[in-house]
Amino acid sequence: MTAAAFGRKMASDSVSGGLLLHADGVTKRFGGLVAVHDIDFTIPTGSIVSLIGPNGAGKTTFFNIIAGIYDPTAGVVVFNGREMIARSRRAWLEPFIWFLPGFIGLLTTIIAASNGAPDGEIFIIGGITLVALMSTLVIGVARPLRYQRALPRIGIFKSGRPNDMVEAGLGRTFQNIRLFQNMTALENVLVGMHSRLKSTWVDAMFSTPRDRREEKEAAEEARGYLRLVGLRGKDGELAKNLPYGDQRRLEIARALGSKPKLLLLDEPTAGMNPRETQEMIALINRLRTELGLTVLLIEHDMKVVMSISDRVTVLDHGEKIAEGSPAEVRANPKVIEAYLGAPAE
Amino acid sequence: MSATPAVEAEKTGKVEAPNSSRLGEWRTRIRAFAQAHRSWTIVIAMAIGSVVLFFWAAFPPFSFVQGQNTWISGFVNAGVFILLALGLNIVVGFAGLLDLGYAAFFAFGAYLYAFGASPFSHLHLPFLLLLVGGAVVAAVFGIALGAPTLRLRGDYLAIVTLGFGEIVPIVFLNAEKYTQGTNGIGGVDRPNIFGYEFPGIDQTAYYVLMTIVVTVVLILVYRLLDSRIGRAWAAIREDELAAAANGINTVTTKLAAFALGATTAGFAGVLNASKLTIVDPTQFQFQVSFVVLAMIVLGGMGNPFGVAVGAFVLYNIQNVLLKQLNAVMDNLNVPILENIDFVKFQFLLFGIALVLMMMFRPEGLIPSQRRRQELHSAEADSEADLELLAPEAGEVSL
Repeated sequence: MTAAAFGRKMASDSVSGGLLLHADGVTKRFGGLVAVHDIDFTIPTGSIVSLIGPNGAGKTTFFNIIAGIYDPTAGVVVFNGREMIARSRRAWLEPFIWFLPGFIGLLTTIIAASNGAPDGEIFIIGGITLVALMSTLVIGVARPLRYQRALPRIGIFKSGRPNDMVEAGLGRTFQNIRLFQNMTALENVLVGMHSRLKSTWVDAMFSTPRDRREEKEAAEEARGYLRLVGLRGKDGELAKNLPYGDQRRLEIARALGSKPKLLLLDEPTAGMNPRETQEMIALINRLRTELGLTVLLIEHDMKVVMSISDRVTVLDHGEKIAEGSPAEVRANPKVIEAYLGAPAE
Repeated sequence: MSATPAVEAEKTGKVEAPNSSRLGEWRTRIRAFAQAHRSWTIVIAMAIGSVVLFFWAAFPPFSFVQGQNTWISGFVNAGVFILLALGLNIVVGFAGLLDLGYAAFFAFGAYLYAFGASPFSHLHLPFLLLLVGGAVVAAVFGIALGAPTLRLRGDYLAIVTLGFGEIVPIVFLNAEKYTQGTNGIGGVDRPNIFGYEFPGIDQTAYYVLMTIVVTVVLILVYRLLDSRIGRAWAAIREDELAAAANGINTVTTKLAAFALGATTAGFAGVLNASKLTIVDPTQFQFQVSFVVLAMIVLGGMGNPFGVAVGAFVLYNIQNVLLKQLNAVMDNLNVPILENIDFVKFQFLLFGIALVLMMMFRPEGLIPSQRRRQELHSAEADSEADLELLAPEAGEVSL
């Protein structure tokens, strides 16, 4: 694996080869437990890829690595042509950058003082030092995208955090629904659109025209997402008051708010009845055809997996045991063994 | 016999119906106006409220207690606490970060004013400049505290802020060369706005200034509440992981809450220093942070209006009612009660009030809609959790 950088585009082979996401040798250890072991995984642009496996196989852990929640113990994830997730490299150097301006300023102040500079000058140098220190500290903590992309030039790498992944074009839902329960459906979607809205707290305070226009347009767009997933007219409902199936839909609408390229769906049909499941399958298909989304699916319901997946990857005990088209996977004896321990169907 | 009450009820019902509907109509009309023009509503309400309070303070029942000017002076002090409560409400109520060292930012504002406008430093900078300066300095320290600590959560953040709140007054106490230690910096300039020098005894000018500042802060806080960043704060408060997974930079968003909260405390500090004309470290002890937090909890966390009312009421209970209670008990010669100094027992009373509040009305007296839902759904959740004790495997709790 070439050590390409967060900032630099990867050698274009993966992009031109139509791969939206390319995971290479991803491993995650929790203490002695190897939750995910050396997984290679690709998602072609525009496809629907499923990740299946028995409970505890490491599917959700792998998901969380891709989404920037866990740092992998080893391996690299290239998303949309950029290396986004990998083990930190030279991370210890980073604090030195934060404190460098402060250190230089302090030295200058001391030298100036020992050379008998007037109080006023020392005061000014000290002030500049303080401001410089504050700004580097804030930049270092807030990690704006530009800063993150500049870091690899001096060999420092840190994985993208969840919000960085969203900005890079990744949306996700959760296995156990994690909506903002006490916010309305509309507000949930607006939170999902957060990364795309520009209005700052200054705009909000002075209620600038830009802020008002943006809020209005955002609400309009959010209603569009709600209609798309089939929640027309429910924008005023509190998330927690929605029926279970609608909550799952709302989570998808919220994820769509960030205009993702890749949508990670963690068991979208869990706990649904057959009719709701059918509707969900139709919805996922529509997301691909109408919005051009690429979808990565974790799912236990084999009917769903087999009917909509282009490719299926099977995990067991943290290892990839099979990969291929639904038909191939279904016929794979290893898969049958993992699920049933004996031939079946 | 039995028909009479029914007839009466019908009658009263008929008589009352148009009355109440007219009242209801007005109420809906006012509510619609408030929703459409929130900032104007705040301006009008504050104007009416402050004018009424100002004149009423000269008449019963207020005049039984103390003179008008003393009342007005007390209202101005209460205004300082309203500002503090509104600022802390951004941190605690909106973003859900427990900050126990809020008085530190209050101190920065006050000391900046004392440095900038007192015989001690021989500087006499203009009041409005220092008002803004105090806010900026407080915000800078808010960021300085927030930047390294905001990756902490819950209890840990509370402990760090508590430590910060203890350190700051002690630093001001011991940096005697610059702060005159325990003596404090006295003789601070009274505000001078566009050539108008605030008089020392008549508190009207302070009252007007305070009303204006509180009104402006209220308007700004309400605007923040339902903006993009207000939603982000609510999202972080509800589920930080889900918020991050939806593209919210949780660190900068929390930092903004810290900085904006500190800014308000900076305003309060400058105003307080200019009114008392003395700044000393005892004004910024932990009690202040605690009392302000109690004001928020009692008033209705997350709802700026509730918080402001809570601060106003609590301040007046603390500084007027308890003292009056002493006087009343002394006069009545009630055996045990006359020996109790109620002012000394104020924290006991606060404690009891908080416990009762948590038991019977955890959302506060005038709660925000969302907070009420959260607290009551938490109850429902804990009941539901008992039924669903089986844990869901595989999910992360960051």
